[in-house]
Amino acid sequence: MSKGEIVLGCLAPHPPHVVYAENPEQNEAFAEGGWETLRWGYHRLARKLKKIDYDAMVIFTPHWQTYIGTHFLGLPKFQSKSVDPVFPNLFRYNYDISVDVDLAEEMKNEASEAGIITKMMRNPDFRVDYGTITSCHMLNPEWDKPIVTISSNRNAHYYSAEVMNEQAGALGEACAKAIENSGKKVVLISSHSLSHRHFVTESPLPEDMSKEHIYNHSQYVWDMKLVELMREGKMKEVVDIIPEFTEQTIAETEAGGLTWMMAAMGFPDFSAEIYGYQSVIGTGNLIAAWDPNSETREIVL
Amino acid sequence: MDEGPEILFGIYCPPHPQPLLSPDDNSGYRKLREGFELCKTRIEESGADIILVYSTTWPSIVGHQIQAHPNPTWTHVDDDFHYLGSMPYSFKIDTDFAEKYMECCKDRGLHSRTVAYDGFPIDTGSIVALKLLNPENKIPACIVSSNMYANRAETIVLGKAARDAIKYQKKKAVVVVVSSLSNRMFTEHINPSEDRIHSAKDDEWNKKILEFFDAGRLEDISQLSRDIHNQIRVSKVVAYKPAWWLAATMGQHNNYEGEVLAYEALHGSGGAVIMLTPSKESVGDKEFDEDDVEYYHGDRDVLSQGDI
Repeated sequence: MSKGEIVLGCLAPHPPHVVYAENPEQNEAFAEGGWETLRWGYHRLARKLKKIDYDAMVIFTPHWQTYIGTHFLGLPKFQSKSVDPVFPNLFRYNYDISVDVDLAEEMKNEASEAGIITKMMRNPDFRVDYGTITSCHMLNPEWDKPIVTISSNRNAHYYSAEVMNEQAGALGEACAKAIENSGKKVVLISSHSLSHRHFVTESPLPEDMSKEHIYNHSQYVWDMKLVELMREGKMKEVVDIIPEFTEQTIAETEAGGLTWMMAAMGFPDFSAEIYGYQSVIGTGNLIAAWDPNSETREIVL
Repeated sequence: MDEGPEILFGIYCPPHPQPLLSPDDNSGYRKLREGFELCKTRIEESGADIILVYSTTWPSIVGHQIQAHPNPTWTHVDDDFHYLGSMPYSFKIDTDFAEKYMECCKDRGLHSRTVAYDGFPIDTGSIVALKLLNPENKIPACIVSSNMYANRAETIVLGKAARDAIKYQKKKAVVVVVSSLSNRMFTEHINPSEDRIHSAKDDEWNKKILEFFDAGRLEDISQLSRDIHNQIRVSKVVAYKPAWWLAATMGQHNNYEGEVLAYEALHGSGGAVIMLTPSKESVGDKEFDEDDVEYYHGDRDVLSQGDI
């Protein structure tokens, strides 16, 4: 069996607004559009994914929050309705998801051997979180690849962002080892915004783009600093400043997704592909990808 | 003097699912379950018209969300404790009260909305509370979220709005706060029979808070909220808010008969079932320097003021 590999890493924010604005048949709510900069960026990245040969998507989500270790979806099918607890007016999505349980178990086992507390989730009534659904829908609306969802252990809450960074990095290394042993080609997804301060009110028409802007300029400046470092291929530096970035911008990097993905990919020193940046209800959202294949890597924006 | 609303009593109870799903895994879980069951009996005997729940495990961002689906029905599974089993539920919600509570919130400057969607994910804490306190839906309920950005002023006004709504509709209410005391759980899986409070410090603080509850000193606990948050609360949110909401809803004083029905560990966190019944007795001789607030004015735009 040949060695497995990570064929692409994606930073894929999950505001449910982008699925809402797409009006897929799975979602009950109807929108007049909105957030095109993000959606069109997602469309382009989804087209790139169509040209890549891969077996499964592995997604790290901030919206399956666990305090007792890291958990992995552990049943082959999940079919239900996901209603966003914060934006139920926008996101009521009927899903039918296939899980690569073998890959999930290999990751779980590698992580356990590395000393990380882990658990397989095998309750058939479990509802898959909307972060997983939003990012995966936008990257692969056909849902024709199995996924693995990894919960986010909340080390930043219990200890500090520094501890979170260490733990998420160790988890990333364990997952990379599991992927290598699996012989599979895998797309990694880190599902989150950058700066993450929300407005606490909503426009009567949520997709009214005349109302949408970043929460404050300092959030924007921090976000742009990270984008600049990503363009320069300085991902080790990005991960090193994540604790400060997280504290300053209440960033969703607090869950550990970006650190996990970058550690799994060996902290890329090549340029990220930038697909779009836009605010959603005040938060800063970047779509980016890291392509280890220098022949297919491109400058997108 | 203006008469307040008729709040029969308040309940403080924990959000963790063990008392519902695995009460026999630990004698402490069973004691908490018995505490819930005593509250259930008291509620049934009280003549209450409504059970109003403020749940710390229902975070909101867009203002304050109030459950208004007449019959929310689903099977819920907890993010951490999924292996303990599923929690099917079907609740009876007082939709008229939910709408009135929303209006009262708006009258006091709060952004608020009702939610009434099939499949809306009611949180673990609300489900545990309502399934144990009101298992046969004998009394209509309502649930309000805990806004993750809200701090003291906003939360106190949210409590006062609840008071307005109860009074306007002339309800006899039982108000329930779903919250841990200390909320640091063990970060590894444990044998439930070996459960204990995570640290001696958490245990000591919990017991001090319980002394206050036992003496009916709810307003004093409300005033100590920031200290409690700093000492024994994992910083998932900006503040320890349930005491603010409960005190504001129940009248901001210390005139209660307090009963600590159970205090036990729940995977390391402090779980207590407490009842507070309004009485004529007042305890304590303290006054406080944090001003009371009647109306929420929103952000003060400090950054845009001055010589910048």
